[in-house]
Amino acid sequence: MTKKLVVCVLAFLLFGSVFNTHLAAQENGTVILATTTSVQDAGLLDVLIDAFQKKAGLIVKAIAVGTGQALEMGRQGEADILWVHSPADEKQFVDEGYGINRVTFMHNDFVILGPKNDPAKVMGAKNAAEVFKKIAAAKALFVSRGDNSGTHKREKAIWKKAGVSPDKNAYIEVGQGMAKTVMVADEKQGYVLADRSTYLSLKKLSDLAIVFEGDNELINRYSLILVNPDKFPKVNANGAKALFNYLLSRDSKEIIENFGKEKFNQQLFFWDLKDKL
Amino acid sequence: MDFILEGFRKGVILLFGLNGEVLAVLKLSLYISILATFIAVCIGVPLGSIIAIKKFPLKKIIIALINTGMGLPPVVVGLFAVLFLSRNGPLGFLQWLYAPKGMILAQVIIATPIITGLSLAAVQSVDPRFYQQILALGATTRQSIWVLLKEIRLSVLAAVIAGFGSVISEVGAVMMVGGNIKGQTRVLTTATVLETNMGNFDIAIALGLILLTMSFIVNLALTFIQQSKDRQK
Repeated sequence: MTKKLVVCVLAFLLFGSVFNTHLAAQENGTVILATTTSVQDAGLLDVLIDAFQKKAGLIVKAIAVGTGQALEMGRQGEADILWVHSPADEKQFVDEGYGINRVTFMHNDFVILGPKNDPAKVMGAKNAAEVFKKIAAAKALFVSRGDNSGTHKREKAIWKKAGVSPDKNAYIEVGQGMAKTVMVADEKQGYVLADRSTYLSLKKLSDLAIVFEGDNELINRYSLILVNPDKFPKVNANGAKALFNYLLSRDSKEIIENFGKEKFNQQLFFWDLKDKL
Repeated sequence: MDFILEGFRKGVILLFGLNGEVLAVLKLSLYISILATFIAVCIGVPLGSIIAIKKFPLKKIIIALINTGMGLPPVVVGLFAVLFLSRNGPLGFLQWLYAPKGMILAQVIIATPIITGLSLAAVQSVDPRFYQQILALGATTRQSIWVLLKEIRLSVLAAVIAGFGSVISEVGAVMMVGGNIKGQTRVLTTATVLETNMGNFDIAIALGLILLTMSFIVNLALTFIQQSKDRQK
């Protein structure tokens, strides 16, 4: 039995060391980035992080969750830097002293998707609020993220602006990511608020069409926020700053602006920073 | 219909032309699941045997607890692992969160009750007089458990296979604890979820096929060990 135990331990050590290569680098110089599923699902996150890691020699742990959860991670000091899209919540986050150096640096846009036959007759509406009003009046099905993400918050803001509540029997909260939500809307032929890149990546699989786009209300601005190291001593302030500077650099701008041109033949994300780089 | 067939066609192509990225994901999946199963076996098999053999108070309650543990929801394990391993949590100093070590820990917690429970049942299925007889022949407790386990190795290996099956296919806990980070903690199951979310059903199908194939190969190996040893006897 003891012999077997020794063999067990030896095998364990051997096995560990063979595969240990990718574990080695994680100890120091890791930055935890809390971000949103939308940038990951679009594929932009992986491209940017790969480029940064190669350049800076730092390891980034990019955790893609909803904006609500990302901000919560910042409030607990569990992340070093945030990349989120819900301006009002971001301001509150900074005002409460959890974050510093908030920079709004890029945007994409939301579109309202719906069945091609447009049962609520929303096409041609003047603004997003009017679209939502018509959906509520027609008691047409609306599919919501329901997960407190940036997209969900924007949806709630539009309902508020429209001054109506959706019909309870025609409102589904999915509680999942953007792509799943669009798929549910597609299956059930409902209306849904989605970001353009998710729509484009699912276009070939879905029967939904864009029923409304182009309102200022639908611009989706992304910001970077550093988690306040004075508040959380365990935060990797230097690493976070390095990633922050990279994401606001000319290299990053080029990647962001060219992203999606090859796959979808159109630009998906737009650079907002007016300062000289 | 077309996109399903197209997905399978592309999936098979990807399966045979394994690129570096897919290969890294595959390696990590195998590494985490095999190591987690191994640790769970080292804990679960002896523990199950001892509980089966020894008489002690509250034994039935302990067995009921282990049986409950066999159905432990992975997302609950994931949630508690995240809370404990987080920076400001009690085990935060380990820096295991969003790293393979944390994923292994979560999987060990998932697999150990399964392996313990099944070994326990296997040992209990042996005629108790057999154990008494070995003891009467002068064996120590440890030696007699070893003889017992040899006797029921078919069932013990079945326990190992069940444990491995539960961790290689698991997605909730590894997603929460690992974070699905590219090149660091992305495994086959979480990569499949991500590709589905990105609308890349072909790659998702390919990853699914790779997962099935890997699971089949490992189980085939375990089954060969299980069956061949039996024949030698």
